[in-house]
Amino acid sequence: MPTIGQRAGALAFVPIAKGLSSIDKPLRAWQKKTGHGGMAAFFLAPNMAIFGIFILFPLVVNFLYSMSGGTALFLEERSFVGGEHYERLLNCENYLDTATCEDDLFWNAVWNTAGFVVIQVALLTVVAMVTALILNRDLRARSFWRAVFFFPVLLSPVVVGLIWRWILQRDGLLNLMVVEMGGEQTSWLTERTWAFVFAVGVSIWAHVGFYALILLAGLQAIPKDLYEAAEMDGTRPTRVFFRITLPLLMPNLLVVIVLALIRAVQVFDEVYVLTGGGPGTSTMYLTQYIYEIGFASLLRNPGLAAAASILMAAVLVVLTLFQLGLARRNDKAAKR
Amino acid sequence: MSQAVRFLTRRRGGDGWHWTDVFTWFWLIAGLIVMFGPAVWLGLSSFKTPAQLSEFPPTLLPYITQQVEVEGYDEPLDLYNTTLEDGSTKLLAQVRRIGTTAQMVDPENPGEIIRVNIRNRTPAREIGFATENYLEPFERLDFMRYLWNSVFVTVMATIITLLTNSMAAFALSKYQFKGRALVMLLILATLMVPLSVILVPLYSVISAFGLINSLWGVILPTVATPTGVFLLRQYMLTIPDELLDAARMDKASEWQIYWRIVLPLTAPALAVLAIFSVVWRWNDFLWPLIVLSRQELYTLQVGLFSFSGELNVQWHYILAMTVVTMIPVVIVFVFLQKFITTGIAGAGLK
Amino acid sequence: MGRITLEGITKEFGAVKVLHGIDLDVAEGELVVFVGPSGCGKSTLLRLISGLDKPTSGTITIDGTDVTRVNAADRGLAMVFQSYALYPHMSVWQNMAFGLQNEHLPKAEIAERIEEAGRMLEIANLMDRRPGQLSGGQRQRVAIGRSIVREPTAFLLDEPLSNLDAELRVSMRAELAALHARLGKTMIYVTHDQIEAMTLASRIVVLRAGKIEQVDTPLNLFNKPNNRFVAGFIGAPTMNLLPGKVASAANGNATIHFVGDAHVTIPVTRSFNQGDEVTVGLRPQHMRLTDASDETAVHSTVDLIEALGTETVVHAHTPSGETLLAVLPGQAALSRGEPIALGYDTSDLHAFDSSEAAVAARA
Repeated sequence: MPTIGQRAGALAFVPIAKGLSSIDKPLRAWQKKTGHGGMAAFFLAPNMAIFGIFILFPLVVNFLYSMSGGTALFLEERSFVGGEHYERLLNCENYLDTATCEDDLFWNAVWNTAGFVVIQVALLTVVAMVTALILNRDLRARSFWRAVFFFPVLLSPVVVGLIWRWILQRDGLLNLMVVEMGGEQTSWLTERTWAFVFAVGVSIWAHVGFYALILLAGLQAIPKDLYEAAEMDGTRPTRVFFRITLPLLMPNLLVVIVLALIRAVQVFDEVYVLTGGGPGTSTMYLTQYIYEIGFASLLRNPGLAAAASILMAAVLVVLTLFQLGLARRNDKAAKR
Repeated sequence: MSQAVRFLTRRRGGDGWHWTDVFTWFWLIAGLIVMFGPAVWLGLSSFKTPAQLSEFPPTLLPYITQQVEVEGYDEPLDLYNTTLEDGSTKLLAQVRRIGTTAQMVDPENPGEIIRVNIRNRTPAREIGFATENYLEPFERLDFMRYLWNSVFVTVMATIITLLTNSMAAFALSKYQFKGRALVMLLILATLMVPLSVILVPLYSVISAFGLINSLWGVILPTVATPTGVFLLRQYMLTIPDELLDAARMDKASEWQIYWRIVLPLTAPALAVLAIFSVVWRWNDFLWPLIVLSRQELYTLQVGLFSFSGELNVQWHYILAMTVVTMIPVVIVFVFLQKFITTGIAGAGLK
Repeated sequence: MGRITLEGITKEFGAVKVLHGIDLDVAEGELVVFVGPSGCGKSTLLRLISGLDKPTSGTITIDGTDVTRVNAADRGLAMVFQSYALYPHMSVWQNMAFGLQNEHLPKAEIAERIEEAGRMLEIANLMDRRPGQLSGGQRQRVAIGRSIVREPTAFLLDEPLSNLDAELRVSMRAELAALHARLGKTMIYVTHDQIEAMTLASRIVVLRAGKIEQVDTPLNLFNKPNNRFVAGFIGAPTMNLLPGKVASAANGNATIHFVGDAHVTIPVTRSFNQGDEVTVGLRPQHMRLTDASDETAVHSTVDLIEALGTETVVHAHTPSGETLLAVLPGQAALSRGEPIALGYDTSDLHAFDSSEAAVAARA
């Protein structure tokens, strides 16, 4: 049975296809001349051209940028400085103390990001796991509850940031509740600790539904008869969780953790809208550092930003390779 | 009603409340409040007048102060519940306020001015919506432009994404050719490279093409998504090759095979990619922020952000425009939830 | 119109050689069936004829024109696929019209051809349905209809009945035979089912491991298999193949000893030495019960009796352990464990030498 989607697709495409018969004639000639190899090239061309110009080429010249100095935009106007930027970024007496680093802002961003990544990913995974377990129970209206947790995932980072800025502002909803409960009005986003707490909290709020959904899919793929067998054996629920659910969910859980890590390392937009990196530079993360050094600040230094972005990319590549390895292992396991 | 209660208190097994039942309901209710609450609060707040927005404690619902036309005054006057010196309360209209004293007038007896301490009066309000929060940004500010720019970027990027990605996926799934493995590897490799890693060189490429401050500069780097190619390729691999052979026997050219056979059959996957592409492009922030520096080219996200960064933050406009920015995504979510959740569960898209 | 000639066709997929020099001449109007076990290269050969794949070497000619390097679309052939390969997003009518529209035929003619095919195949009332809404048999008809409307010089059919249930397969087989008679067009038909081959074919091409084993009419294949493989492949139930030795040979005759004490003298087409190994072939249908004294008879013990009413299938084993099948006419009164002697006409006996070639001289 063709789905409604297929019907709609066919309806939409047939008239356009008729209009496109003009493109067909020259293509037939091309096909005759070059055969399937040539047609493959034709079909790949647009995507690969865009891909090559806007992703591959920048990727390669990024290394050259990272080794050139000055504020000029185009590579040919820039001077070669070798590893100077890397030296500057990595020159630290004590890596744990940003004040001893040549580029203290970079290390500030690095340590902020590290702290953010560790806490956000840990909490995010736990919350997503609990949510998935609860959504996997025998609930009425499960799709409604799933929608509740998933809803913020699609919101834009700017919207997320602004919603929470409005709630966390001095005369905002949170302070209303605090005052009702006998507390004091607080400027949440201008205190270092609270700003960090809410940067983590808001990013969890915005993304938890996505990860819960992946885990939920994993939970639902666990065969029901395993649980029934365990019940017949009189296994205690906690034991069922640790001996059946968790091991079988492990592939999905690892994917969730690695994906969350990859995204947490790049954290930028919703926190940037929420706190602007403040107070001071206490919630300034790596991507914001690259953005500000590369484009925004008076100290603009594209080479330095490129070097920093390559260092960040190195971390991401390691994480992604890990993820691809996981995906491959899962595929193999699924085929067995 | 009793049925509703029974439904809501339905428990696992049916005998007694297990602690997990309690926890489940705690989690669900808390989730409902925390996940939906902020958006609802945003919605309610967006209809409040600037005066009401600056009040503390804030009210839940938006109110507007009642006004009345009083004889002898050109402008309508605000109404207040006023406690008079004799202890009685009366609905009076305020003419002007001097320090802590307000000059009031009884609408039924407009000749006489009554002086009242401002502590003895509260505004007479009714639930009402400050719709001008929504109208004025479109009329007086540039939000109409931003909206149009966002729509343009989203639609164009999505169309190009669908076309180029599906063509590439077709070649990669239905042809054997030299270098196919290399192309796959290249595309795979870029899964590792988010835009945020190549900001600097990409900016120079865009500027070499003269696309700085052009919406095309926002669109082009985003359309060759490796995720899209992968998603579509996986789907096309499930289309039997015999169908293509049948079409070849039917004298269809390779382009016709792509356009009239494979593409319609890929519709479900195309729909998923289209939905995600729309959401991605609508929500894009960092790259447009870098490429677009002329105000008339801002997308909604950038416009909203820059507006919220002004010294004198006009929250009543910002809240309303945040709602506007949110609406398309909410509509997509409400109507296409199934597609989205299958897309995520199946392909790990985001 | 519709004469197809293959000369020295080979096909390699990488290092794997699938076809080893195929020569074949298909006459106009013939229904030629390619038959063979799976992996013998019969579908590959069909795809080479269709033009969907190109041979590694050799030439293909259609009506005297060399089409070896001509694309599938330009060979004037139509193909029915094993999975039918109907376009799932198009209606039956659109499925049939697609190829004609690609040839830019006038609309009226397209409609006319489809209407005629619809009438011929009794699918006129299904024109607005989609393939997903059709039964297996209906899909099959549409797939055939789609090839008919193209009015091709020849039809290529790749295991077209293999996805149907047994009953439907029998009736579709009959319809295909009728269709071939009516259209009078060349058809090349691939199947692994030798009954289909026997019932449909003008000539059968038996393939094994990329080589043609024998090309002949169905009855000739049955009566005069060229070699042991063809003998075993054609005919159901399969021919009994029993090991034997040449006891003596002279003057174009050979005496063969097999299964213990059976010996038989038959005219042979080559010379033998005493002690040469041969394989004796006997079709189950050619066996009959006989006296124990008959010296050509095969002695065996009954294992199982399948009484089908009109005939009786006897499973038996010889003293030396070979299993044996006999199809006896009528209802034989036998019981399990009973010793029997199975006789046959000497002229029905097949014999194959150690190179598997048939050696029994036949009238």
